[in-house]
Amino acid sequence: MHFSIYRYNPETDKKPYMQEYDLDTEANNCHMVLDALLAIKNTLDDTLTLRRSCREGVCGSDGMNINGKNGLACTTHLSTLSGPIVIRPLPGLPVVRDLVVDMSQFYKQYEKVKPYLQNSDPLPAKERLQSPEERAKLDGLYECILCACCTSSCPSFWWNPEKFVGPAGLLQAYRFVADSRDTATTERLADLTDPFSLFRCRGIMNCVDVCPKGLNPTKAINQLKELMLEEAV
Amino acid sequence: MNLATQQFDAVIIGGGGAGLRASLELAQSGLNVAVISKVFPTRSHTVSAQGGINAALGNTDGSDDWRWHMYDTVMGSDFLGDQDAIEYMCKNAPQTIYELEHMGLPFSRLDDGKIYQRAFGGQTRDYGKELVHRTCCAADRTGHAMLHTLYQQNIAAKAKFFNEWFAVDLVKTEEGISGVIALNIETGEVVFLQARATILATGGAGRIFQSTTNAHINTGDGFGMALRAGLPLQDMEFWQFHPTGIAGAGVLITEGSRGEGGYLINKDGERYMERYAPHLKDLSCRDVVARSSMIEIREGRGCGPKGDYVLLKLDHLGEEVINKRLPGIRELSITFAGVDPLKNPIPVVPTCHYLMGGIPTNIHAQVLTVKNGQDHVVEGLYAAGECACVSVHGANRLGANSLLDIVVFGRAAGLHVQQSVREGLGFRTPSPSDIEAALAGLERWNRNQNGESVDTIRTELQLVMQNDFGVFRTAEHMSEGFKKLEKLQERLKTASIKDKSQCFNTSRIEALELDNLMATALATAYLANERTESRGAHARYDFPERDDAHWLKHSMYFGDGKIDFRPVNMKPHEVKPIELRARE
Repeated sequence: MHFSIYRYNPETDKKPYMQEYDLDTEANNCHMVLDALLAIKNTLDDTLTLRRSCREGVCGSDGMNINGKNGLACTTHLSTLSGPIVIRPLPGLPVVRDLVVDMSQFYKQYEKVKPYLQNSDPLPAKERLQSPEERAKLDGLYECILCACCTSSCPSFWWNPEKFVGPAGLLQAYRFVADSRDTATTERLADLTDPFSLFRCRGIMNCVDVCPKGLNPTKAINQLKELMLEEAV
Repeated sequence: MNLATQQFDAVIIGGGGAGLRASLELAQSGLNVAVISKVFPTRSHTVSAQGGINAALGNTDGSDDWRWHMYDTVMGSDFLGDQDAIEYMCKNAPQTIYELEHMGLPFSRLDDGKIYQRAFGGQTRDYGKELVHRTCCAADRTGHAMLHTLYQQNIAAKAKFFNEWFAVDLVKTEEGISGVIALNIETGEVVFLQARATILATGGAGRIFQSTTNAHINTGDGFGMALRAGLPLQDMEFWQFHPTGIAGAGVLITEGSRGEGGYLINKDGERYMERYAPHLKDLSCRDVVARSSMIEIREGRGCGPKGDYVLLKLDHLGEEVINKRLPGIRELSITFAGVDPLKNPIPVVPTCHYLMGGIPTNIHAQVLTVKNGQDHVVEGLYAAGECACVSVHGANRLGANSLLDIVVFGRAAGLHVQQSVREGLGFRTPSPSDIEAALAGLERWNRNQNGESVDTIRTELQLVMQNDFGVFRTAEHMSEGFKKLEKLQERLKTASIKDKSQCFNTSRIEALELDNLMATALATAYLANERTESRGAHARYDFPERDDAHWLKHSMYFGDGKIDFRPVNMKPHEVKPIELRARE
C-alpha cells in the first residue's frame, strides 16, 4: 500500500512536506492504520513520529487526519480506505512534530468548563442515590476520550481557539449539567453565556461526523442552549 | 554536571489510577506535589480497564461482608497474597467506592438508586459458597470512568502535572531515593526532580509478551528503575493470562461478559468449564479458566481453521443486556474480531494481561528491600498499583481487584507521605556521581551508533517470552529462553537509534523503554526458573503441584542476578488467618 505522510521536524525542516512510503501491509500483518504507521516506523523510518497507547480506541492518543477525515488510527481499518492513504496531523492545532500536535489549547478549553462534579450538599455516609433513568442521561456524554478529533474538525474552533470552548469541552460541560448529582448547573450555564464560549457553534456538525466513539456534541450543545433559555425565563 | 533541579514534597511517576489517587490525596492536603507522566494522564492504561471494581457493598444481593471478599482474594492468590494487605484492601474497599462515587464516577445503578454490582470470577459469599455480586461498574468502561474522574478531581485540586515527561531513572543516595531524572519528551530537556518522597506508579509491563491486552506504554519502567537503583523485584514469575483476549488482536474482552452470563465453548459447542470447575464454572479464577482453555486448544478442541482459539458465547444474553451492560465489548468485538456478539460468539484466547509481582511494599506503600534477612524500608520511595507488590494478588489476581488495589494503595501512599512530611521527612542530596549513574542509560542511547534497531531486539524478546514463559512452563523451555534472553541483553548494549533529535523523539523513548522491558523479562525468567512448583498463574508441567513446604514464600530478584526470599504474611490484624487448603 502507498502512504503519503505529513512530515515536519522543527529542528531539521524549514517547512513541512509530504513523505511517500510503500509498505507491504499483508506481510507486516497490518489491519489498522496504526499497524501500518508503526510498521513504517519500525522497519522503514524510525524518525516518523506519532502518539499511541492503548491501540483499542479508548485512550484517545492517535487522533489524526486520515484521507481528509479526522479519526483514530488504531480503529480505522485499512480495508475501508482507498489509496494512496494520506495522513496528516489533526488540523487547527499547532504541529509539534510530524503527526504530533500541541493540544494545550484543547486541554485549556476542557478545563475551562470545570469538568468535575460539584455538589454543595453534605456528603452522605454511603453513595449518593441516582436512578437508572438519571444515570442513563450520562450515556453518550461520559465516554469521551479527549482525542480532539471533534474540536480540531470544527471551523468555529479554528477561528476562535482561545474563546470558543469547542465540541469536546461543551460535551463535558453538559455531562455535568446532566448529572443529577451536580448542583452547579446555574453557574455552569452562566459561564457559557458570552458570545463565544458556546454561541460560536454554528451547527456544522463536523464533530458528530468524526467522533470515533459515536458521540453527539452538537446535541449536547443544543441541550445547553435550551437549558439557558429555561433559566432565563 | 549542571542539571536544572526542581524541588517538590512529592513526585509521583505515572498518571494512571494509582498515581492520580495519590496525587489527589497530596494536592488536597496542600503539599507541593508533581505528577510526571509519559502520556497525558487520561491515556494511561487504567483507561482500558473494563469490568469493574470489587467491594462488599451487598447492593445487588442485599448483604455481603468484606471478610468474604478477603477470603476469596486469599484463595484466588493461591495463598501467596499477604493477608495483612488483603485485609486492609478489602476492609477499605466500601469506603473507597463511596469516595469515588462522591467524586462523580458515573457508576451503573440499580432500580433503588444504589451502585449496580455484577458477578465476577472467584467472588463468593460465606467463604466459598455460591457466587456473589460484588463488582461495581460503569457499564464495561469502569477504568475509563475512574481515570477521567480522578483526573478531573486533580484539576479541581490544582495538582501540578509534567505531562509527556519520561522518568529516566531514580537518583539514589546513601540514605535512600532523592528523586528522579526526568526527560521532557517535547523539548529533550533533562531535569532532576528532587523530592522528599518519590512515588512509583508506573503500571505494568505486558509488552514483554508478543500477545498482550496491555497498551504500548506498558513497558515496566518502574521495574527497570528499581533494579538499576539496586532494589529487588518480588514474585515476577506470576503473570496473569486473561482467558478472553480477542484472538489475533489481543484486545481484552472483560470477565464481566461472563459475569453477565456469557460462557466459553470449544469446537464441539461444549461448555467446557463445567467439566474443569463444576462449582464456579466460567467464573472460576482466571488462572484456572486460562489453563482450561489452553488444554482444550492443545487437545484439539480449539476452534477456527487452525484450532487455535475458543469461543465466548454472549448472544443468549439478548440485545438489552449486551447494549446496557457490555456496550464497549460489543464495539471492540465488531472492530477487532469482525464479530457482533449479538449474533455470533467471539474468538478468544488466553492473553498476557497483568503482573501480580512487582516492587515489594508494605501496606503504607513504602518500598521494601531485604537486608540481613529483614525487611528494610527504602527512605523516600513508595510504590502503588500494578508496579507494586504489596502483595494483595499473590500468585493470581481476582478480576476487578486491580482497580481496587490502585485506589486503595494510591490513597495509602498519599496518606503516609503526608504523615512522613509532617514528621520531618527531608530531602536527600545526591552526589555528582549519584546523578551521573542515573543519566548513564540515556547517555548510552545518545552515544551509540550503527547498532541493531530497537524493534529488532524488542520483537525477539517478545517472542522468547511468548514461547518459553507462557501459560504452561517447563525447565527445558525456560532454560532455552533464558539463554536467548542473555544473548539479547548483550546485543542490547550496542543497539542504537538513528533519530538523535531532541524534539518529541519517540524513538529514544522506545529505546529507554526497551531497557526496562529487558530488565522485566530477565526478572521474570530468573524467578520462573527458580520456582519449582505450580501455584496460581505459575504453572509448570514438570512440577504440577503446589508445594507449600518449600515454596510458600515470596521470591525476590535483584538486578545482579541475586535471588532471595521473604515470608508470606499470614497474620491479619482483625480476623483469624485463612488456613492453607486446596483450591477447586
